[in-house]
Amino acid sequence: MATGYYPGCSLEGTAAEFDMSIRALAEALQLPLTEIEDWNCCGASAAHQTNHLLGLALPARTIALAAAQGMEEIVAPCAACSNRLIAAQAEWLDNSGLRGDIEHAIGMPLPAGRLPIRNCIEFLLPHIEKITAALRKPLTGKKVACYYGCLLVRPPKVVAFDDPENPVTMEKVAAATGAEAVDWGFRTECCGAAFAMSSTASVVRLCGRILDNARSEGAHMVIVACPLCHANLDMRQPKGMAMPIVYLSQLVGLAVGVAPKALGLGKHITPVAPALA
Amino acid sequence: MSAQRKDSPEKTFAEQMAAETGIDVRKCYQCGKCTAGCPMVPEMDYTPSQIMRLVQIGDREAALRSATIWYCASCLTCSTRCPQEVKIAEFMDALRERSLKAKKVNPRARKIIAFVKSFLGGIRRAGRVHEISMVMEYKTRARDLFSDVLLAPVMFVKGKLKLLGKPVKDRQAVARIFERTAGAK
Repeated sequence: MATGYYPGCSLEGTAAEFDMSIRALAEALQLPLTEIEDWNCCGASAAHQTNHLLGLALPARTIALAAAQGMEEIVAPCAACSNRLIAAQAEWLDNSGLRGDIEHAIGMPLPAGRLPIRNCIEFLLPHIEKITAALRKPLTGKKVACYYGCLLVRPPKVVAFDDPENPVTMEKVAAATGAEAVDWGFRTECCGAAFAMSSTASVVRLCGRILDNARSEGAHMVIVACPLCHANLDMRQPKGMAMPIVYLSQLVGLAVGVAPKALGLGKHITPVAPALA
Repeated sequence: MSAQRKDSPEKTFAEQMAAETGIDVRKCYQCGKCTAGCPMVPEMDYTPSQIMRLVQIGDREAALRSATIWYCASCLTCSTRCPQEVKIAEFMDALRERSLKAKKVNPRARKIIAFVKSFLGGIRRAGRVHEISMVMEYKTRARDLFSDVLLAPVMFVKGKLKLLGKPVKDRQAVARIFERTAGAK
């Protein structure tokens, strides 16, 4: 089955290590990914917050391209991208009146049925046995706080993924590496998302309380699967915090023996190497 | 404030919004669960449940001029927990869109609008967001040149900033999406 890979804009820039680690891990686990040819930005919150149809049409073009290129599913590691693709597709499947407007905007036919769109956790979840069998460097003794944020689990009826208040899938994948997932209270609290520059104080306030709780529950690092969560938690830490923020794909990659350099472990603003050694 | 009498032939604001968006805020009974879970309340002038109430009583003006609609982070906690299944966060999108069109944007939203415009401008031009260009455009629009200046060199050294973006090949197709969705409801 052909799996389309949709990196999205962040993974080509500030979240380069998310892209590197997904590609390296996919190769290590022999899960072939083919980048969708000529994909475009999903529009993120800027589009859906200010122009409803634009917020549907931007993800629609990428989904239509993937279908036209013979792909039967899409892996979108960025939580914002996967959320926008899933939400847009759900909307035109539920409301057939929208299909014509969207197809006119993108100048392409939309696929008739639903193209499965998988986030980073869903990409890895079916392969836990494979991960366990491939373990080279078990992360025994490492305490990790799995952080979902908003867009992996909400809105629950649309994303149909895990439990919106008490999700467990990221912990399952993390546990396959030998790490111990701590129980904590801020797993699905918002990090401030796109307000990093336009309302920085909000992001500092929200990230501070998330990181404080992770630390007080004994976590050595926070595990994420969203480039926006990563950027905010990595760059907006309270003074003296120094909590490493690690992508799930980096954690698993390291455990199955991918070289740290190939996982981009040196690219974080808050260093991660000491915590993973 | 617009009148809302039963004998009025005109639709109330809430009815009009329900017809246009499929989201009926008249179902809200003010339990306050949305407000209790909202991470952005400290930045808001009205709480999310108060926005629901403003729409119910037909105060279109106050809803569209509120800072709240712009400080909603779209985290979807409210929509997830609402016992009446009102899609509150999605409704905030619809209010923002109408606030922009009616030129009633709250002055406190200036930097947020600057960010949205810079972000969408980048997509319109290249089909993808190139972060350096987007940030530079934002800083110019927001007249906010000096925040985070110490972060940029660190990010550059860590290889987090790419000097050149990779635009889509079919830029026409993306430009057309913007043209054809611009005047849409």
